[in-house]
Amino acid sequence: MAHAIATHDAQGKPLFHTEQEVHVQNGTMIGFWLYLMSDSLIFAILFACYGVLGGNYAGGPGPAELFDLSLIAVNTGLLLVSSITYGFVMIAMQEGRLQQMITWLMATGALGAGFVAIELYEFNHLIHIGAGPDRSGFLSSFFALVGTHGLHVSFGIVWLIVLIVQLKRYGINEPMKRRVACLSMFWHFLDIVWIGVFTFVYLMGVLR
Amino acid sequence: MGDDHGHGAHIPHASFKDYMTGFVLSVILTAIPFALVMGEMLDSKVATIGIILALGAVQIVVHVIYFLHMDAKAEEGWTLMSFLFTASLLIIMLVGSMWIMSHLHRNTHPKDPTPAEVRHMP
Repeated sequence: MAHAIATHDAQGKPLFHTEQEVHVQNGTMIGFWLYLMSDSLIFAILFACYGVLGGNYAGGPGPAELFDLSLIAVNTGLLLVSSITYGFVMIAMQEGRLQQMITWLMATGALGAGFVAIELYEFNHLIHIGAGPDRSGFLSSFFALVGTHGLHVSFGIVWLIVLIVQLKRYGINEPMKRRVACLSMFWHFLDIVWIGVFTFVYLMGVLR
Repeated sequence: MGDDHGHGAHIPHASFKDYMTGFVLSVILTAIPFALVMGEMLDSKVATIGIILALGAVQIVVHVIYFLHMDAKAEEGWTLMSFLFTASLLIIMLVGSMWIMSHLHRNTHPKDPTPAEVRHMP
């Protein structure tokens, strides 16, 4: 029935919409999936930039001197554990346990915050020793790629806090289930991007 | 999932076993490359790079299956189709950019110093 743009009702007044418009109720998950796919293209471009510019040190320091792999290992661990804690959020939601959900969400948020804190420490340290994004092509593309990922994680934490507040107010209902499931996809997606970062940027950088 | 008559979102069923399997596999697939690089276990750099890239690719697949619950049936196959489409775009962009740019680099700066030489410049 969605073909009518402007028809007239029984009284002759114009009608600009139909009463029984088709409303898709279950398109959110596939829509959010498509958003993640488009987001991965942003990261693909940043990875390609790093792949092209990553060897241009401009006489400055290279990855082997700058990267502290033990710090990156800790960060990778934090993000990996936060993936399983978010899995526990989804299981608690399925079983209808609100308090458990909030606890696991808080654990996930804390692990994410730890990740961002370590990353900010690393960035601060690099800028402090004169290896900021303005130093060389390598460092510009490094900060752009890793910074974009860190920004995504930060916004994920904001989303997570909003969900905790909403869960406390509304409990577990259909819209909340949908929102928690979307953040689940977002969070696991960021962990997947991080696999690319630690493999391609940090581990391969040190080997270079 | 069952027939939900078009109401509610298609949230995939999460099982504890799936998450734990994914987690254990990821820990192993993360630990090996870090150990290889940090412990300098292999003499050949090319072999090390090949192994860590392969393990990274496997870990991405593990995450997609066990954490994002992607299978051929989700959303009538559109999840898998869009994933494969994006993955091919991604590979074309990444490999293509690096391939073309390395050729340009070689053709315009034939006597460029190697990264190791650059690092030891005054």
